[in-house]
Amino acid sequence: MKFVVGSGSCGIAAGADRIFTLLNQEINENNLKASLEITGCIGTCYLEPILEVYSENNAMKRFTKVTEESLLEIISQAKEGTLFSEDNANDLVSEQLGHQDRIVLRNCGVINPESIDDYLTIGGYQSIEACLREKTPQEVIEEVKIAGLRGRGGAGFPTWFKWNAALKSAGSVKYMVCNADEGDPGAFMDRSVLEGDPHSLIEGMMIAGFAIGARKGIVYVRAEYPLAIVRLEKAIAQAKERHILGKNIFGLDGVDFDLSIKTGAGAFVCGEETALIASLEGERGMPRLKPPFPAEKGYFDHPTNINNVETLANVPWIMSNGGAAFAARGAEKSAGTKVFALTGKIQNGGLVEIPMGMTLREVIFGVGGGIKNGKKFKAVQLGGPSGGCIPEELLDTPVTYEDINKTGAIVGSGGMVVMDEDTCMVEMARFFLDFTCKESCGKCTYCRIGTRRMLEILERITKGDGKPEDIPLLEELSYKIKEGAMCGLGQTAPNPVLTTLKYFRHEYEEHINEKKCSAGTCHELISYRILEDKCIGCTVCAKVCPTNAIAGERKSPHVIDQDACIKCGQCYEKCNFNAIVKL
Amino acid sequence: MLCKCQQTSVSESSEQPQVDLSQVKGLLDAYDPATTNLITLLQGVQKIYGYLPEEVLKEVSIVTKIKEAKIYGVATFYSQFRLKPIGKYLIMLCQGTACHVNGSANIERALQEVLAVNEGDITPDGLFTYINVACLGCCSLAPVMMINDQTHAKLTTGDVAKIINEIRAQEGMAI
Ligand SMILES: Cc1cc2nc3c(=O)[nH]c(=O)nc-3n(C[C@H](O)[C@H](O)[C@H](O)COP(=O)(O)O)c2cc1C
Ligand code: FES
Repeated sequence: MKFVVGSGSCGIAAGADRIFTLLNQEINENNLKASLEITGCIGTCYLEPILEVYSENNAMKRFTKVTEESLLEIISQAKEGTLFSEDNANDLVSEQLGHQDRIVLRNCGVINPESIDDYLTIGGYQSIEACLREKTPQEVIEEVKIAGLRGRGGAGFPTWFKWNAALKSAGSVKYMVCNADEGDPGAFMDRSVLEGDPHSLIEGMMIAGFAIGARKGIVYVRAEYPLAIVRLEKAIAQAKERHILGKNIFGLDGVDFDLSIKTGAGAFVCGEETALIASLEGERGMPRLKPPFPAEKGYFDHPTNINNVETLANVPWIMSNGGAAFAARGAEKSAGTKVFALTGKIQNGGLVEIPMGMTLREVIFGVGGGIKNGKKFKAVQLGGPSGGCIPEELLDTPVTYEDINKTGAIVGSGGMVVMDEDTCMVEMARFFLDFTCKESCGKCTYCRIGTRRMLEILERITKGDGKPEDIPLLEELSYKIKEGAMCGLGQTAPNPVLTTLKYFRHEYEEHINEKKCSAGTCHELISYRILEDKCIGCTVCAKVCPTNAIAGERKSPHVIDQDACIKCGQCYEKCNFNAIVKL
Repeated sequence: MLCKCQQTSVSESSEQPQVDLSQVKGLLDAYDPATTNLITLLQGVQKIYGYLPEEVLKEVSIVTKIKEAKIYGVATFYSQFRLKPIGKYLIMLCQGTACHVNGSANIERALQEVLAVNEGDITPDGLFTYINVACLGCCSLAPVMMINDQTHAKLTTGDVAKIINEIRAQEGMAI
């Protein structure tokens, strides 16, 4: 028997570590003939912790939302030998996976990410070995061109084109860099690959390195991902041990590839290629004008190619299955699959990989199971701080680079944050501008000062101090910043404002003209009231109020002192009788 | 850090604790400009002290021959680096999009209330410092915070006081 605990960061946050420890203890105490392993995140984060049990003849039974009690029950069934007697009737994980098409995530949640043998058993590192032995760099690039692979870091630039430029670039020392900075707040595709299948990334980097003629690779990982860094370090060490990384790899004389990790230090702008290179060099992560492109002048002025984690994780699959098989999936100009982090007010939150061309509605309502708590869908945010909010009318938009761009949003790196009727779109725009304003590196005026001015306007609107002229002013600033900013950060920073102005203008107008926030999010514009006929005087609200703003006798209706109320909403959350309303 | 022209302290807290320079010796001895960049070095320093003490940065400048001003420039550019000491427990509260949509602002209010400090400051008992971060990558379990590498997910405002008080109890503090 084999027990496998889903141990990505999300699983661990949900308690997978405790389950692992307890399981280990129980196996030993009960002398069970069983092994215990970990695996990465399978994507159904809302069902964590997840435990899979394999029988001797490889039948699998999966348990979700495992608690210490349910684990003891599982153990006792395992001891009695009754664990596999019933079949795995409603396995929500398999149902979820049924909607998906997994290339990037093919091994996540399947293999043990800390074991190179697991990866080798399923044919790992055969693609790079075949490239090294049988192919020329041009042939590799041609295959990626046939596949139609486009960069998954956000811009969707054809991967083969960048590789070709780096290959053609003069210079004997070249670098292959992986962008694992994953800056979009609200997305975790790259983290999952790093934690769940680090060897695929290493192999992808090796193939890219071979294609451009680089002998050195660097992975730039964001500092907030400690587990991803540990798993990647382990994977690199194992690959070195097996002579897959290092000198004379696969026994081939003179064929070298070294890989190292650099940890970022928390700056969103360092996801931008030229800023990333400055950061790798130990400098402040300031972008510079392009050209020269990194393919000509990159890391310490050497030709450098930068690709995103997900882009690279596709590569070993493409080499072993052929570019045509990849191109056969997805849409015409957006081949293959895309991983999305479905989060926010979504029922089945987690990581999903879908063929491109699927509509937003299918992703959110089909794969994601729709909105949480029976609420109404309002918008979906794609592309993070560089993207935009797409309204309900456009839910039938297919997820392709071209179609999503038409809405004013971008496919982006894969953040898909779903919002319901309780989310205020003006507040959302303020949130993103607050982010970009803080993250602006300060080099160019449009971005540094422009985003600050936009933020100030949005702040005053959400506080009820907005003026009718603010809307045209926001629009004017947006277009000027898009035009005048130096790098992608500033050029795209106005997108969240422009899309919300386009699709949710009435919310701006409501805030400005009526000083009202229908979503009930903007603090200064709401108040809490107790409904006299519903309040039974249980005193729960009065007890939880941090400012003692609620008074009333036991068993008789309570009242909120509006001057003392700080609108923390705790009473609203705690009331069991729906007697408190937000106005 | 001192402003060289006016000799006045530009750091926010004037009383910094005494630092033991010997702790960083190994790190600085191993410094090799060919393989270690300044960011990696500063990350090493912060790992030792929990922040970047001014005296240590001066040492770094002497050993690396990188100007103090430049070191300060890099240290202040990246949000990971801190110039002030932190509590024994560093709380990273996620303010990413998913956590924001799921009410991280309320979590922050609850945290401020139970800790009675502002972001970046250290509690009087020396136990806690909380900072806001952009995303911890556990977005589907939002709202999320991380306390010294341990992630707490699906937080409610009630959870916050409970978690903090549990740590206080462990540390033998009166609640
Ligand atoms: C402000 C800014 C932030 C970015 N952040 C990231 C990031 O976190 N991860 C990423 O892969 N690409 C990011 N990019 C895109 C990269 O600059 C670059 O296009 C990408 O890494 C190239 O890889 P790809 O062609 O495989 O997509 C960012 C771009 C900008 C302008
Ligand atoms: S948005 Fe909070 S963990 Fe990602």
